[in-house]
Amino acid sequence: MELETVIGLEIHVELNTSSKMFCGCSADFFGAEPNTLTCPVCLGLPGALPVANEKALEHTATIGLALGCSVSPITKFDRKNYFYPDMPKDYQISQYDMPVCKNGYLDVEMTAQELSSQSQEPYVRRVGINRVHLEEDTGKLIHIGQSGRIAAAEYSLLDFNRAGVPLVEIVTEPDIRSADEAKAFVQNLKNVIEHLGVSDCDMEKGSFRCDANISLRPVGSEELGTKSEVKNMNSFRAIQRALIYEIERQTKILLDGGRVIQETRHFDAVGNTTSSLRSKEEAHDYRYFPEPDLVPKVFTEEEVRALKAALPELPTDKKKRFISDYSLSPSDAAFLTSSKATGDYFEECMRLKGDAKKVANWMMGELSMHLNAAGLKIEESALTPRHLLSLLKLIDAGSISGKMAKEIFAESFETGKLAEVIVEEKNLTQLSDSSEIEKIVMMALSENSKAVEEYHQGKDRAIGFLVGQAMRLSQGRANPALLNEILKEKLSEKA
Amino acid sequence: MLLYEMTLSKLHDELTSGRISAMELLDGVLKRIASTDSKLKAYLRLTEEEALKAAKAADARLLAKEGINPLLGIPFAIKDNMCTEGISTTCASKILDGYVPAYSASVAQRLFNFGAVMVGKANMDEFAMGSSTENSAYQITANPWDLSRVPGGSSGGSAAAVAAGQAIFALGSDTGGSIRQPAALCGVVGMKPTYGLVSRYGLIAFASSLDQIGPIAKSVTDAALILNAICGHDPMDSTSLKVGTSDFTQGLEAGVKGLKVGVPKELMGEGIDDGVKAKVEEAIKIFEGLGASVKEASLPHSEYALSAYYLIAPAEASSNLARFDGVRYGHRTKEDVEDMVDMYSKTRAEGFGAEVKRRIMLGTYALSAGYYDAYYGQAQKVRTLIMDDFKKAFSEHDVLISPTTPTSAFKGGEKTKDPLSMYMSDICTIPTNLAGIPAISVPCGLSEGLPVGLQIMGKALDEPTILRAAYAFEKEFNFSERPKL
Repeated sequence: MELETVIGLEIHVELNTSSKMFCGCSADFFGAEPNTLTCPVCLGLPGALPVANEKALEHTATIGLALGCSVSPITKFDRKNYFYPDMPKDYQISQYDMPVCKNGYLDVEMTAQELSSQSQEPYVRRVGINRVHLEEDTGKLIHIGQSGRIAAAEYSLLDFNRAGVPLVEIVTEPDIRSADEAKAFVQNLKNVIEHLGVSDCDMEKGSFRCDANISLRPVGSEELGTKSEVKNMNSFRAIQRALIYEIERQTKILLDGGRVIQETRHFDAVGNTTSSLRSKEEAHDYRYFPEPDLVPKVFTEEEVRALKAALPELPTDKKKRFISDYSLSPSDAAFLTSSKATGDYFEECMRLKGDAKKVANWMMGELSMHLNAAGLKIEESALTPRHLLSLLKLIDAGSISGKMAKEIFAESFETGKLAEVIVEEKNLTQLSDSSEIEKIVMMALSENSKAVEEYHQGKDRAIGFLVGQAMRLSQGRANPALLNEILKEKLSEKA
Repeated sequence: MLLYEMTLSKLHDELTSGRISAMELLDGVLKRIASTDSKLKAYLRLTEEEALKAAKAADARLLAKEGINPLLGIPFAIKDNMCTEGISTTCASKILDGYVPAYSASVAQRLFNFGAVMVGKANMDEFAMGSSTENSAYQITANPWDLSRVPGGSSGGSAAAVAAGQAIFALGSDTGGSIRQPAALCGVVGMKPTYGLVSRYGLIAFASSLDQIGPIAKSVTDAALILNAICGHDPMDSTSLKVGTSDFTQGLEAGVKGLKVGVPKELMGEGIDDGVKAKVEEAIKIFEGLGASVKEASLPHSEYALSAYYLIAPAEASSNLARFDGVRYGHRTKEDVEDMVDMYSKTRAEGFGAEVKRRIMLGTYALSAGYYDAYYGQAQKVRTLIMDDFKKAFSEHDVLISPTTPTSAFKGGEKTKDPLSMYMSDICTIPTNLAGIPAISVPCGLSEGLPVGLQIMGKALDEPTILRAAYAFEKEFNFSERPKL
């Protein structure tokens, strides 16, 4: 029996509004002293009432529009009832049957590098967006005990700074067919949302998080198999690893003739495995009903038109523009638009009059390598576009060689010093003075008379050795073209 | 006349003319409380210290002639489901034992700003669920007209306090009749304004889409003055209406000549006590005598109002009361617990009274998967039909009148064993809550020595018309009996 993987994702995005979803408290909670950004409303104190943040509603509509969704003319909030200590009201204000946005899609281009299986051809996967809705985030529980999990905790602490931060939930259709696609989809989605500027999308801070529903079914079957829901994936790699594990786990169960149990599973990033968190038998009945403390929000046609008009350039359009404006290859353009910060970096280089192809090459090559090694994001790099351009200018002027450039790059990346400063400090300018080079060449020839002799006997490869020796004597500074020319000239004179 | 027997408007004259001071007035009211509240038990707690400060401040304002307004220096009671900063607020429930709010409800804050003097937190049915104030976890309030009878509920403490002169006015909350019914049973004026006219911020919710705060007073004019003070848009309550403030005392004396009064036949039929019906019929004659035209009206779906109400209100309550979980404030079980769910269960089992539990269970059931459409969804449809009934009735009539309650005050304990008979106490008042429209109850006489209330209902935001009608009736009828305590 051949099995097909079916994956649907739920992505939660914390919006970067200045205030919380239903009160005036600051939503910028990360790193703040616990329980300092709270008020009667977000603490759910008796009698307190929510007032919806209009900006958050607009941001949600913007996300939906960027994903090709339609914005509901009337949207309302509902209560999702369940008990949990991190929820001040023991219900979450969310949206049930009238979300802000419905029915969109995101096209995910699967390039060779995104496919872990080498055999597949690049293709585009259209992933349907079922809905985009708005809700409030919960508080945070910190379990004190060895495991850090609630079960074995001695006691638990509560921080309500996050409670009430606007949270957008994006739910896909079950259109994703592999772990690679899931990872690529999430990367693409994050990129789109970053372009909108409505969230910092920081996965480490939890402002961009993902749950996955996964099931398998016989190829050709239309029916969905029993799914498991995987939570706690906080990186692209984790999403991929968790889903690979789940595909293998479910495949094994099904091929052995067993049945998958519907349950929620926890991803363990250390062991790259998932484990059961709770089974659906204990599933909640959320008893959704319209939130009576809030009036429905009406989006007028003008409002929607204005939000649409205000949409910034999205990655797909930016990619097209990069190809046409800068004559870049599709793969270069894809790399340069793979995140907002990368595109911004590139465009800043262009503003500083860089050569597109050269800038692209250095960004994909040295810059990527150093960023990966240092575990930094491009926007955190000390080597800014100005630094890169300073380096490229020295190369173009012939002041430094390609080899030197890489060393200077490394130092500039490390220290944040401009290339010209490093060159100046270390006296690294390329030696292009013919008489100076001539002196060095002469020295090399006299020190290596045996090689000179061999050259004259017709052994061509001796010239390579002599160039190397001369370069060594110049401490690598000699202009290679000039050095070659002078060396050949001197050798022929000696003949 | 004793100070505590006077109306708010009369006392305002006394205060501004300098004949009395706010301190003297407060003293009179506190003495009245001291001499009567052991019998009445209208107050859950007195706030004498704060009251003395407020009265002193009021006197300073009176002396300096600064910030003079009709509520300045007037002692009032506030139902214990409205938050008062630094002052214990319990909703008469054990689950909120020891809870001290960190902020004041918008209505309380407004009254404080006007310089009114809060004397205490009034008793109520736990979380405003009940029609007799027997559901309080702390004490049972008596009816000042007959101590063996109930004052009505759930704002029974507020109504009894005003009727007995323990406060010049009070604030109550009305979810299905909880201001008007006790006002009727205690012989005072009670008003439920249009939903959204008065901010609910800081009112500990029972059923959010029905709850509305309103005044309980000794006269229609007083009610209008209090409404002036507490109404108006509040940015903290998104259901608060964005209507400009108006002076509800304007036009009170315009009379009812030519006013089209409708009497919904469904609220005058079966279940209405003969004595009550007779008083309402007399009231109708008075309206006719004043030049109003009275005709029969119909609210065909009102027979379903009670059923719809007892699905919608408990559904919302089951959710609103979820936050009382023992995690952060109020009561938490002292029993050993196995886990979190066990802690929630024990805490809530200990903290809530029987009626509250009954409604939480009703509401939880009505909202549960598979039953939503059959119960909650259906009830919302009935609600729409009732709104349409009113719309239609108000296209033909300016106001509708009916008894406020089907009977006068019943004996304590009489209905506590039979929740359904207790629920019937609100059959005349519930439809207006479902429709969100305003209604007022004014005394229209005594039946076997107990007060009877006349309810006047109007269209949304048409408070001026029902106040005008109530005022005309009050002036003509001149109900002057007082409870003998």
